[in-house]
Amino acid sequence: MSPIIDVRNLNFSFINGEIALPVLKNVTIPIHKGEIVIMTGPSGSGKTTFLTIVGGLRQAIDGSVKVLGQQLINSTEQIKVNIRQQTGYIFQQHNLLKSLTAQQNVSMTLEMHNGMTEKERLERATEMLRAVGMGDRLHHKPDQLSGGQRQRVSIARALVGQPKIVLADEPTASLDKQSGQEAVTILKRLAKESGASILLVTHDYRILNIADRVVELEDGVINNA
Amino acid sequence: MNIFPWYYSPARLAWRQLIHDQTKLMAAIAGVLFACVLVFMQLGFKDALIASAATAPKKLSGDLFLMHKQSEAMWRPVTFKRNELMRALGHSAVAEVSPLYLGLAAFKTIETNIKRTLMVYGFDPDAELFDVETIKNKRIELRLKNTIIFDEYSRPEFGPVRQLFEAGRTETEINDYKIQIIDFFRLGISFAADGNVVTSDLNFMRMFPARNPGDIDMGVIRLHPGASIEQTKADLDKQLNSFVNIFTFAELIEFETKYWTETAPIGFIFGFGTVMGLIVGLVIVYQILFTDIANHRHEFATLKAMGYKQSYFVRLVFATAFFLAVLGFIPGLILSIGLYHLAESQMFMPMPISFSKVMTVFLFILSMCFTAGLLAIRKLKDANPADMF
Ligand SMILES: Nc1ncnc2c1ncn2[C@@H]1O[C@H](COP(=O)(O)OP(=O)(O)OP(=O)(O)O)[C@@H](O)[C@H]1O
Ligand SMILES: [Mg+2]
Repeated sequence: MSPIIDVRNLNFSFINGEIALPVLKNVTIPIHKGEIVIMTGPSGSGKTTFLTIVGGLRQAIDGSVKVLGQQLINSTEQIKVNIRQQTGYIFQQHNLLKSLTAQQNVSMTLEMHNGMTEKERLERATEMLRAVGMGDRLHHKPDQLSGGQRQRVSIARALVGQPKIVLADEPTASLDKQSGQEAVTILKRLAKESGASILLVTHDYRILNIADRVVELEDGVINNA
Repeated sequence: MNIFPWYYSPARLAWRQLIHDQTKLMAAIAGVLFACVLVFMQLGFKDALIASAATAPKKLSGDLFLMHKQSEAMWRPVTFKRNELMRALGHSAVAEVSPLYLGLAAFKTIETNIKRTLMVYGFDPDAELFDVETIKNKRIELRLKNTIIFDEYSRPEFGPVRQLFEAGRTETEINDYKIQIIDFFRLGISFAADGNVVTSDLNFMRMFPARNPGDIDMGVIRLHPGASIEQTKADLDKQLNSFVNIFTFAELIEFETKYWTETAPIGFIFGFGTVMGLIVGLVIVYQILFTDIANHRHEFATLKAMGYKQSYFVRLVFATAFFLAVLGFIPGLILSIGLYHLAESQMFMPMPISFSKVMTVFLFILSMCFTAGLLAIRKLKDANPADMF
């Protein structure tokens, strides 16, 4: 079976005026269905850049990045939007919408897609919030929640659309040991249940235990892929 | 159901973001309200002006009206020879002609003896030039020496003329000439005159001793029943001297209205005020939408990363603009109604809030907000999903 994320010989540079800053150098890494891959590496090694390319948030032009069978190198906006819709994102800062309640925030993932009634959307959102242990905080807005609670809402938001891929960039960075461990454990359980693949970037060595595979990015080059 | 992601969803998010920050919402509403009231007042004054410009000519009864070509409007006429009007009698369709004399004169208020300017209309009472019942009924008395009929819709600065009249004080002076008030009619003020009186042609000459009955300000022509007004007008145009204008009733009203809205700077000033109100409102709404997008750019970038398209945010901005328009318009309308009543009581000019005016102002405010939205959406490109991780 072909990998769900198939990156081959990816090169990427930031262009700053005349100067090109190479960030990713000949990166090749396949990630299979249901796999949980953690990417670590020193600061500035290009991890975030890699995630944004795989998630269809940044355009790369050299190499091959196939996600869910679609080529993202030199892709159209439509293809990128398509990939974004099938991907769940968990950001370092929770990035919840301040004006919406937890339930409404989670429901935003479902609002893009047609074919669901408002009632169905809210039910799914509630179910997902229960699954992350936030069933009693449905109608709280982000500034009425703790950091760990917000991150759990944001996990619910990423997973409620049943994405095939979850991308997370240092999801535990703003959390203490206990709530960080809790968050990734929930993430792992839900991903395993739905068969989603996870690519998670972290400096946090305490959570490496959830991974099926750990890769290290150093100065734009993959070690032990 | 299809409409949900297309319009309802961004509109709902726009609404939720609006009500989340209530202080900012209040500021935004105040901005739109301000523009709204400004536009309502400007349009109200302008319409009152237009309406009042034609109050006197609307009461005239005649088929064709002669004025000197150099007359800009009835309140500042250039006289022409009475003979010119008489020549119109040569046309077979013309039944009768009568001159109308117009002049601004100083009216001495009965109690305080202060002199105030009003408009005097002089004509042969039997000609019944004004289509007003009291004037017609008093045509015998008007033929007496020194009698006038006073417009009780004149400004209150002329004093409580009606009460004084009922108390028996009917005598005062116009242009230092003693006159008797014999009755009242209702006309209303205009930008040209704060008050009006009607008198006979002979009395008019007594009040304006320098005037000559052979020099008239306006000529009123009545046709035989069934005669064609347009045809007679065309014929007279050829026969009469080229220095007179011939108007039909509708043309006369248009001519008077046009003077105030176009020739006189007043119409321009109100038009200018309306545009300024809209521009100020535009700038305020634009500022609010612009900073709103800037403040929400992380949230928008997050939604973009989740797969929301650019067009969703464009609709969200326009929905915000629409809500601001409606939320500002409603209190703006209520406040304006109050201010219209206040202005009416101060100016003694009718200022009706008509449905069409409400719709006009709403459309102005709506387009103002949409234009602001159109200008603000370029700020959306700052919401870049690549910056989200
Ligand atoms: N928008 C940008 N424009 C130019 N250079 C950038 C941009 N974003 C990142 N870089 C540079 O690219 C390199 C890789 O950055 P990246 O954010 O991918 O590192 P990282 O591995 O995620 O680091 P960290 O662990 O600190 O988050 C860095 O040298 C950074 O300075
Ligand atoms: Mg990073």
